Amino acid sequence: MINIEIDGKKIQTENGSTVIEAAHQAGIAIPHFCYHKKLSIAANCRMCLVQVEKAPKPLPACATPVSEGMKVFTHSEQAVKAQKGVMEFLLINHPLDCPICDQGGECMLQDMSVGYGNGHSRYHEEKRMVLSKDIGPLVSAEEMSRCINCTRCVRFGQEIAGQMELGQAFRGEHAEIMSFVSGTVDSELSGNMIDLCPVGALTSKPFRYKARSWELSRRRSVSAHDSLGSGLAVHTKDNRVLRVLPIENDDINECWLSDRDRFAYEGLNSDQRLTKPMIKQGGQWQEVDWQAALEFCANGLRQIAGGAGAEQIGALATGNSTLEEMYLLQKLLRGIGSDNVDFRLRQSDFSADGKQQGAPWLGISVSDIGRADRILIVGSFLRKDHPLLAARIRQAVKRGAQLNVIHSADDDLLMKIANKSIVAPGGLVEALSKVALGVAAKQTDGIAGSLAGGERVAVLLGNFAQQHPQAAQLQALAQQIAAATQGKFGFIGESANSVGGYLVNAIPASNGLNAAAMLAAPRKAYVLLNVEPELDCADAQQAIAAMQAADLVIAMSAYRHGATEYADVLLPIAPYSETSGTFISSEGRVQSFNGAVKPLGEARPAWKVLRVLGNLLKVDGFDYETSQAVRDEALQGVDVAAKLNNAVSAIESKPTAVIGLQRVADVPIYATDAIVRRAMSLQATSDAAQPKVWLHSKELSKLGVAAGAQVKVAQGQGSALLEVAADDGLPEGVVRVAAGHPMTATLGAMFGTITVERA
Amino acid sequence: MLSQQITTLIDKELTKYPADQRQSAVMAALRFVQDEKGWIAPEDMADVAVYLGMPQMAVYEVATFYHMYNLKPMGKHTLTVCTNLSCTLCGAGDTVAYLEQKLGIKMNEVTPDGKFGLREGECMGACVDAPLLNVNNKKMCGKLTPAKIDGILADLEGGKA
Repeated sequence: MINIEIDGKKIQTENGSTVIEAAHQAGIAIPHFCYHKKLSIAANCRMCLVQVEKAPKPLPACATPVSEGMKVFTHSEQAVKAQKGVMEFLLINHPLDCPICDQGGECMLQDMSVGYGNGHSRYHEEKRMVLSKDIGPLVSAEEMSRCINCTRCVRFGQEIAGQMELGQAFRGEHAEIMSFVSGTVDSELSGNMIDLCPVGALTSKPFRYKARSWELSRRRSVSAHDSLGSGLAVHTKDNRVLRVLPIENDDINECWLSDRDRFAYEGLNSDQRLTKPMIKQGGQWQEVDWQAALEFCANGLRQIAGGAGAEQIGALATGNSTLEEMYLLQKLLRGIGSDNVDFRLRQSDFSADGKQQGAPWLGISVSDIGRADRILIVGSFLRKDHPLLAARIRQAVKRGAQLNVIHSADDDLLMKIANKSIVAPGGLVEALSKVALGVAAKQTDGIAGSLAGGERVAVLLGNFAQQHPQAAQLQALAQQIAAATQGKFGFIGESANSVGGYLVNAIPASNGLNAAAMLAAPRKAYVLLNVEPELDCADAQQAIAAMQAADLVIAMSAYRHGATEYADVLLPIAPYSETSGTFISSEGRVQSFNGAVKPLGEARPAWKVLRVLGNLLKVDGFDYETSQAVRDEALQGVDVAAKLNNAVSAIESKPTAVIGLQRVADVPIYATDAIVRRAMSLQATSDAAQPKVWLHSKELSKLGVAAGAQVKVAQGQGSALLEVAADDGLPEGVVRVAAGHPMTATLGAMFGTITVERA
Repeated sequence: MLSQQITTLIDKELTKYPADQRQSAVMAALRFVQDEKGWIAPEDMADVAVYLGMPQMAVYEVATFYHMYNLKPMGKHTLTVCTNLSCTLCGAGDTVAYLEQKLGIKMNEVTPDGKFGLREGECMGACVDAPLLNVNNKKMCGKLTPAKIDGILADLEGGKA
């Protein structure tokens, strides 16, 4: 620690920090544009010039390291004169038309010019003009004349997103921010550039000219998509969600949001929203009132329970449902005598059920992942499945952590990978057991050597590993490796409330059927909570068949979706923005939130719908006044941290027979849940492009088809016609076809044999 | 695609830098492309980026920052006239006017036969010989007079570069 003095205030600060950091610590504001605490120092805006004793001229506070006894003056005559001078230069070329700028009201330049600018400009010459650019459907670069060339967006791309899509081309007066040859910015974190841009150059395309910042109400919420639990500030106007910004928390999402978290709100205002309860009568959908709809449901369920038996009723929820919803759903099902309830819709191996010592979770805190020195990621499309976790690991790798990957696809993670083993899905267990043996044998190279050499080891199982047909074996092996390296292991939860689903027992207890079994042995009645079976389940084909065969399908959904074909009742429920609820993030963080707006039309929070259903079916204990009461009952006396445990025992190995080509299915980043699928701007990005059939080029030549041709992929009874493309990062013998997309919903299991032939 | 000749030259250049700092060779690589093709097309920048393992945009930044790189075809012989202060004081304006009249083109244009291109340049660091021009960024000609310019152009026409 060293002692310095800023504006006469004595401050102790760490050696190596900069003047601006020391000032911020002490609560002293120094004007700045290009400086950002999470980005490298550029010192190119010069706004933070301060006077330093014994220095001959003003120094930039962001790039000046502190030294013992340093005396800094941020508001002395010299400092203010310098700051005002810089401001005058910045405003020479900046348009002075704040009233028509989308950033107006939340613009750093506007705010700062009030403090340091002049009432009028001394500059009468023509201003420089920079042409607008089209860099994609999310970020608007419509008004690049407003750019002050701080390069925050460029540095964000290079340092946080891991790909330099924007750069500063040309020089001096001609310098401008642009992409290479009018390319689009495709990063899954691109929206953060909007937040970073201190002026109105980069703005949000979907939000552009929708509202002024002072007209918006702000509500705290939690991301309903990935399992990180990012904090959201939901901005609303006239009972509509107009945009979503991050709430800063260094332990979770820092100051970032993934584009999925940021732009998915458009799905909340989709015209596919279901606003009235509907019943299918004589093959026709009729709008009815809630009373009629719920009585229809209760009668139907009662009839099936009384006739075929309660075990003929199954309930499926997505992991994006709130804790309260899942708690009530399982309570309702159990109340009427069925144990068939599950939320693990894309899982295919349930052999760890009953052998699990607690709720599977991340096994380590998110911030500790950033501090790990050896990381092994098993089976994860990390960047697309968990964009911000990937960004955090990227920072860890930059600081020297070694990242090892075992997976069935070799997507670019945009960070240095120490070792990787890319094998077909059938070889995943073998690849991981090799590492386990290597660690035990004190191997010094490869993945095992990397892990053995670490002090803080993290072994993380991604979505692909959790959906794998040998998921339990992968879990047991990860446990073995973590034990041998004194590390941590865990699951990067697939969705916002994966941990919550386990904690409220939204899984079969003893004799019940799990998600896969419920669809493999079709039930007579299904209760669907937020589920679009053809898109959310491990085997789309099977899910659809089960739905079509059922006598009664009750679909609780915020949207009119595929269920219109097979459901008997559609109950409009409120998405996360319109209900209070709780998500438990992958690291076990319990986060409750309130609705940001009122439910649309006649939609109602699902916990209220389930409450009424419980009452109609005369199940005891459904008299909740508030969702908080539900949460309190669900979590009463539950020590969440103590319940989180990844340990498993006695997992038997079950070899899988591998015949023919094996399917590798990712769930594309903008196809993960019902809300995201209806967010139009996200659907216009390149990440949401039509799924292709990806094969190793050797497989392509074996088939005798060229990349770009149409092929027919088939599984079971169903097939799909898709474009084929080459990806030499894939192992041979593998066909990558995305799941969760309408174009591939005719196919079968996400893992398994698949055939490809010329169309 | 980068020609064999260019990649050989880049490989040689790469030996000057640490193995994990391949992008250090970007300026040289762009120069080799320009020497061979006369200018650097965006596709060539993309190829250089791939070859050196750096972002395309980073190559574009370099190529647009230095004015010696031609971002469009500039003829077989690119004449770059310095128009900075020293040269201008010593008559660079007349040099430019004479060249424009003689070649029948304006600044940043190429003669219809594709032989000559005319560009404005920055200080070449040889103000003692002002006014200056540079042929293809390779040969500097100083103390220019109309007669001397005629000689330079005649030499270039005659194939003596």
